[in-house]
Amino acid sequence: MSDLLTPREIGEDRVRVDAAAKVRGAATYAFEQPVDDPAYLYPVRATVARGRVTGFDTAAAEALDGVLLVLTHLNAPRLASTDDGELTILQSNGVAFRGQLIGGVVAETSEIARHAAELVRVEYDEHEHDTELRADRDDLYQPGTVNPDQDTTTDDGGVDRALATAAVTVDHTYSTPMEHNNPMEPHACVAIWEDGPRLTLYDSTQGAHGVRTTLAPILGLDPEHVRVISPYVGGGFGSKGMPHAHNVLAVLAAQLVPGRPVKMALTRQQMFELAGYRTPTIQRVRLGADRDGRLLALSHEAAEQTARVKEFAEQTTVVSRVMYAAEHRRTTHRLAALDVPVPSWMRAPGEAPGMYGLESAMDELADACGIDPVELRVRNEPEKDPETGRPWSSRRLVECLRRGAERFGWDDRRPPGSRREGDWLVGMGVASATYPGFTMPGSVASVTYRGEGRYDVRIGAADIGTGTWTTLAQIAADALGCPFECVHLEIGDTALPMATVEGGSSGMSSWGSTVVAAARTFRDKFGEDPGVGDSVSDSAPQKLPDAKKLAVHSFGAHFVEARVNVDTGEVRVPRMLGVFSCGRIVNPRTARSQFIGGMTFGISMALHEASVMDHRLGHIATRDLVDYHVPVNADVGDLEVLWLDEPDEHANPMGTKGIGEIGIVGSAAAVANAVHNATGIRVRDLPITPDKLVH
Amino acid sequence: MTPFTYQRAADPAGAVATAVTSPGVAYLAGGTNLVDHLRLGIAHPTTLVDVSRLPLDGVERTADGGLRIGATVRNGDLAAHPEVRRHYPVLAQALLAGASGQIRNAATTGGNLLQRTRCSYFQDATVPCNKRDPGSGCPAIPGHQRMHAILGASEHCIATHPSDMAVALAALDADVEVLGAAGPRRIALADLYRLPGDAPQRDTTLEPGDLVTAVVLPALPLAERSAYRKVRERASYAFALVSVAAALDVRDGVVADVRVALGGVAHKPWRATRAEEALRGAAATEDSFRAAAAAELAAADPLPDLAWKVPMATNTIVATLRGLLGGSA
Repeated sequence: MSDLLTPREIGEDRVRVDAAAKVRGAATYAFEQPVDDPAYLYPVRATVARGRVTGFDTAAAEALDGVLLVLTHLNAPRLASTDDGELTILQSNGVAFRGQLIGGVVAETSEIARHAAELVRVEYDEHEHDTELRADRDDLYQPGTVNPDQDTTTDDGGVDRALATAAVTVDHTYSTPMEHNNPMEPHACVAIWEDGPRLTLYDSTQGAHGVRTTLAPILGLDPEHVRVISPYVGGGFGSKGMPHAHNVLAVLAAQLVPGRPVKMALTRQQMFELAGYRTPTIQRVRLGADRDGRLLALSHEAAEQTARVKEFAEQTTVVSRVMYAAEHRRTTHRLAALDVPVPSWMRAPGEAPGMYGLESAMDELADACGIDPVELRVRNEPEKDPETGRPWSSRRLVECLRRGAERFGWDDRRPPGSRREGDWLVGMGVASATYPGFTMPGSVASVTYRGEGRYDVRIGAADIGTGTWTTLAQIAADALGCPFECVHLEIGDTALPMATVEGGSSGMSSWGSTVVAAARTFRDKFGEDPGVGDSVSDSAPQKLPDAKKLAVHSFGAHFVEARVNVDTGEVRVPRMLGVFSCGRIVNPRTARSQFIGGMTFGISMALHEASVMDHRLGHIATRDLVDYHVPVNADVGDLEVLWLDEPDEHANPMGTKGIGEIGIVGSAAAVANAVHNATGIRVRDLPITPDKLVH
Repeated sequence: MTPFTYQRAADPAGAVATAVTSPGVAYLAGGTNLVDHLRLGIAHPTTLVDVSRLPLDGVERTADGGLRIGATVRNGDLAAHPEVRRHYPVLAQALLAGASGQIRNAATTGGNLLQRTRCSYFQDATVPCNKRDPGSGCPAIPGHQRMHAILGASEHCIATHPSDMAVALAALDADVEVLGAAGPRRIALADLYRLPGDAPQRDTTLEPGDLVTAVVLPALPLAERSAYRKVRERASYAFALVSVAAALDVRDGVVADVRVALGGVAHKPWRATRAEEALRGAAATEDSFRAAAAAELAAADPLPDLAWKVPMATNTIVATLRGLLGGSA
């Protein structure tokens, strides 16, 4: 049990402190940082999916007025480390996927750079490529671990026998497409290389320190000589969780025009190969149950892709280790290494696609058993974490389901395909949600007294639109026992104390714990009446004493009404409810935004998002927001969010658990289940587009 | 993006005179499609002649009771025009179904007509495309073909025309006024567009330098009962999977006259003449509508991944006519 903070500021509905600056356009994002005499970089990219560059013709580009430099592997500075296959660019003539960076042009204006890059002619020795994930490939392999560092396989050995004897079984394959994060702000940076050598990088990132830690050894720089600055970020959704190859290109270019700031922003089209994405998944889910719906066996097996140049193993089936009691259980992951761009973190990696598979199968089991889907989930509630046997720090899934069902009017749900209003079939669907309560070790915060009751709180944390500027100051205020207005927070800079990445819904728990630790150390050392300039730095304990013995997860439930047009197969979602148990809520305003953002992502994943790989060309054919659909306002109806606002006293001193990702976990399944309830048609291949329903 | 010079046209004749004498001229109006093409490196004009401020922005009744719409009338203004809303609701609905509020405020009538396909291969200069680079091949045919044609396509191109407005105009028997090297002329909208055949690089029958100056709608009382139905994956801001523009005149339970045009299915707005023929004089029932739709779609030759467009188009024709029938009850 931790020493919980008494909430005074925590829980207040505070407007974002940076709201006015953002609305006025005064908040400076990476590309907008004022620098002297910038040059502009535009990339040259591979137009074959695998092969070797046999020649560059750069004469026309170099002849253009205003061109400062044409960069290729022939003149690029050498990297000190080539261990990271994604970040190792321009070190050889190899091409590992279509769209890979093979060069760049630096010019006086962005228009000249772009024009010159179009004039660079490239000859290739093109090799056969392979970009197609199929579950029946004979080269699928088992990765060592799955993201972030979890077992690839769990198997108690009893699943097959239990499935063979179960009264009711479900055995289906669910698939999700390649999906791209597409934050509103494209990936952008400004690199300044100066004597020393020293690097300053203005970057759009979810973790300034992580960028430094990753790039410094690749560039052969002392981390202390790398400064990364990132005060405002226009969304990341995982794709800015780590540096990508464009950062390296910008730094390589900056080295060749030392002292000159080099600006680079990816275009929307370039983001489809260079900024990470979610692997497609093919998930076979097998459930065996008794006639009352109690699970006897749960098997969840995923096939996924990774890039040949760098492995990323999405943890798709780990949700099936947590969600339900089952006597026997197996979860596996198999990868195909292909000539494709490098997949990475995207909006609840693993949990989001995995819960679409598991919660669709649970809906099918409810049908097969003739049991209400809410009731089926309640019957399979595990007393302890099924995988580890640890007790839950808190688990209130049943309460989320029950409250949600009552609030949503779940009793009005009818059998599949039986409710029609005008030209629309109407249905309701439910799915559970979960997300691990991560707290990452390693952050440091400093607290300094400035006099007149005011404190500087410094930590290199990130605000990717989530509200950190506001919410972390609320935590600091309670930790210091001072008014909110007396906290002067500084984040987003490696000149500040080390902070972990804003990822895995861990930001507030990790940084908040650290700020609380620093504040408590400050008070222990200087008491309630400190002198001006009194200052401490501290880090949070690695884990709370309880945490090692407990399973810490958030839970929730999604309820969706879907309408499907009888003529056209168009799907609309007029209303959706999410009920969440995520510990204490720091700021209801920003929290609600995160929840409804996640739920909107769920609608998007269910109905819209799909990147299409043209396997003949090894080319992502959908490469802008015309072809890659995300919902518009008209697609998002009445979203309601409730939370069971109760601190998880075992999680951290704030009693919080992450809220950044749980909104998308399960929500796509709830939409799919509602579409099934409306139509009687079960679509097992996302997204559920009209062509799959029209007939 | 290739550098270009920019000049503002003083008058339509001057614009045409510039364009016919120097190759590489492109007319710039709202710029909502052309500027994308410049950025994407799929259009390389050497001169942009800005026609957006020419005095072609009026909407006026014609002597025979029709409507002349100037080429630079903005899509948003046209959708809101009282004459359009009253006499040609299908056109107002089609305009409002297109793009976003911001784009409709910039996009012009002439530009909307002449916008180019959004085929993702066409819009990517790094891949082959017969429309962009004749003879290079069509990767859409063996590749990604969600937004593509099921009627009138060729082995060289399966692109669709993206305009909603043009589908409504096709149903309304619109004409287009053009100023060319030889002076003004008037052509039927049906003759403006062409099928891809073996020359998919040509979207229209216009000659180099031709400037669209107006669209002319005939008096068409039938159009007062008309509607546009656009089927798309999301509720707004998406191109049509299938769309239907229709007008229906029913007397004593019999179809006296009808207009039907389809979008999202062909290289041009597809006037459904077979469906119209089947419907004229037929009972105004859902069965007749379905039989007429089937008659039109009998000509469809969808690639395997596009087979769903046939039932979608059929159902949408039926639903649109049914809606118009309901309105007349």
